Amino acid sequence: MAESNKPEDFVKHEYEAGFVTDIESDTFEPGLNEDVIKRLSQIKGEPEWMLEWRLEAYRQFQEMTEPNWQKVNFEPVDLQSISYYSAPKKDSDKPQSLDEVDPELLRTYEKLGIPLHEQKALAGVAGAGTPAESEAESTGGGGAYSNVAVDAVFDSVSVVTTFKEKLAEAGVIFCSISEALQEHPELVKQYLGSVVPRGDNYFASLNSAVFSDGSFVYVPKGVKCPMELSTYFRINAENTGQFERTLIIADEGASVSYLEGCTAPQRDENQLHAAVVELVALDDAEIKYSTVQNWYPGDENGNGGIFNFVTKRGMARGKNSKISWTQVETGSAVTWKYPSCVLKGDNSVGEFYSVALTNNYQQADTGTKMIHLGKNTRSTIIAKGISAGHSDQSYRGLVKFQPTAEGARNFTQCDSLLIGDKCGAHTFPYIENKNSSATVEHEATTSKVSDEQMLFCRQRGIDPEQAVSMIVNGFCKEVFKELPMEFAVEAGKLLEVSLEGSVG
Amino acid sequence: MLTIKNLHASVEGTPILKGINLEIKPGEVHAVMGPNGSGKSTLAQVLVGHEAFEVTEGEILFDGQNLLELEVEERALAGLFLAFQYPVEIPGVSNLQFLRTALNTLRKHHGQDELDAPSFMKLAKEKAKQVDLSPDFLKRGVNEGFSGGEKKRNEIMQMLMMEPRLGILDETDSGLDIDALKTIANGVNTLRADNRSFLVVTHYQRLLNHIVPDVVHVLANGQIIKTGDKQLAMELEEHGYGWLGINEAEAAG
Repeated sequence: MAESNKPEDFVKHEYEAGFVTDIESDTFEPGLNEDVIKRLSQIKGEPEWMLEWRLEAYRQFQEMTEPNWQKVNFEPVDLQSISYYSAPKKDSDKPQSLDEVDPELLRTYEKLGIPLHEQKALAGVAGAGTPAESEAESTGGGGAYSNVAVDAVFDSVSVVTTFKEKLAEAGVIFCSISEALQEHPELVKQYLGSVVPRGDNYFASLNSAVFSDGSFVYVPKGVKCPMELSTYFRINAENTGQFERTLIIADEGASVSYLEGCTAPQRDENQLHAAVVELVALDDAEIKYSTVQNWYPGDENGNGGIFNFVTKRGMARGKNSKISWTQVETGSAVTWKYPSCVLKGDNSVGEFYSVALTNNYQQADTGTKMIHLGKNTRSTIIAKGISAGHSDQSYRGLVKFQPTAEGARNFTQCDSLLIGDKCGAHTFPYIENKNSSATVEHEATTSKVSDEQMLFCRQRGIDPEQAVSMIVNGFCKEVFKELPMEFAVEAGKLLEVSLEGSVG
Repeated sequence: MLTIKNLHASVEGTPILKGINLEIKPGEVHAVMGPNGSGKSTLAQVLVGHEAFEVTEGEILFDGQNLLELEVEERALAGLFLAFQYPVEIPGVSNLQFLRTALNTLRKHHGQDELDAPSFMKLAKEKAKQVDLSPDFLKRGVNEGFSGGEKKRNEIMQMLMMEPRLGILDETDSGLDIDALKTIANGVNTLRADNRSFLVVTHYQRLLNHIVPDVVHVLANGQIIKTGDKQLAMELEEHGYGWLGINEAEAAG
């Protein structure tokens, strides 16, 4: 018999996306100053106001200090030692079609299971993992990305966005934010920074100054976006930070479901990913934003991995609007992220469904903020944290009712699952209620994958790895059912991979 | 089928089993009775491979294989099934999903095809009915929010699905009313066959009115002190364990 069969022995992270793409890049010298920002803006051919906006953000940023209230430990990032722009070299200024995209890049995305060929995407190549020819007709059957438009961001630039024409027919704008600045500057100008202002916080201000690319979505009045939208972020270059900026606007009565995925090569150094995501939902509009985050988490001794310091916020601006965040987080060495909802419109709804799994020496301080401003606003928080190995995880959430939030309601449920006895789980719920008619409910539990559960499963012939995976999946069920159906399966698989290990 | 020779086992250095000898032949039902703390449940746990118990001496042969060399799941696949005294809850994992995983793992082990969803559903519903569990229980999380009796019936239902070579019942009767007891006994009895054996661990004789044993052992202080037929169980019921010179309070201490 093996020496030990504790649940924690069956948890080992095998990171499958850790390869490096060998491609020539144009990369800035490391360092951060106004000139870098000017060069960045110039390369992107941005309008003058954009540069001014960036420089103002940079000025505010310089007044700030790095926050240290999170329950995480790491060496501060030396912002002068990283590069703020890296893009694959190419002949033309911007690839207009897939034929102009470097085949090496296409292979990278194919390897990650993200099809950039629309035909193949329709045939469900991603899920099958094999090249399928001329199956463009058989839609809806195949892999997770079978009916999804993808914006592929590689280091600092968007490589390609699929299904743009099809979306354009419905009036939906889906492109990189760089392109949006060229094609729809008025929309960008109107909404950029309207949810996360330039001076919001240290990393958000840094992002505002140096953001390189990201996705832009505009769904016009009354339009239900005909397909899932997705951005796939890939960090490849060494010593670079990725600062993406995503802006999604659902106009009156519009609705859209959006998913982001992320991976990075396996490296010994930490890399910084400081993104800002802003969502705006006008009257009766609905935005569903899902994340499957699988950044490189570092090795089993805690070396390397991505620092994921992200500001995500949605403004339910109009009456009856709805913002829903669903996240499955398995990656990053250190995570610091609180997707939030500002419920401004009367009767607006905010939701946060989260699964965070940390293993080895990963640290995560994550949660949400629900700010109730409007009357009868409602919010739901379901947060599931799974800690294994030596990892440490905190749920940090704020539920705030302003005096105007007449009749507002919140329900919060935080559950922690521990695997082994060297990991930690903490809950920091903050509730600020300035309206006596508001109701708030909070439930929290902590449990362990117990030896008894393991024995029970194994006594029925189920091997230990499968047992852990089954128990963890069961724990996450309430959140997985919120994911777009195709991705729920993917998320389950990702957890399985993250829990993969060997006996004893 | 099962041969236990001079089995010694301890937990955290404290000896619990002190030289058990037992032989179960195909088709036989053996009952192991004894006061609290005598080591009955430990015997059941050691057989399936619970890691809290250390086997310090002796051997266990199951169909000729050295059981002690096998992992918990290997023992299960070899045909050992334990109906737990305290079945655990696995929140969010439906009974159906759990059972299907278990059953298909077993089928795969025997080189059989996996059962498809409709055939599996049909089988599961049929077995649930046998132990008086409504099909709704199949969709619920494993033992999640089940009453004590429902948990026990769920155990027997699983046994009916898995059709083990050797079924071990660890105080399955504790906390059951007479109707539930009968239901469970009926479930077990339908499984009785020439090539299948049972080890029924119980404190009370009443279960043995419904699952009639071929052999009854009395366990005290980690040893089998008496072996007989079903009459032995009756005598225990009538006279208590004191009749065999066992001070129950002391044994439990």
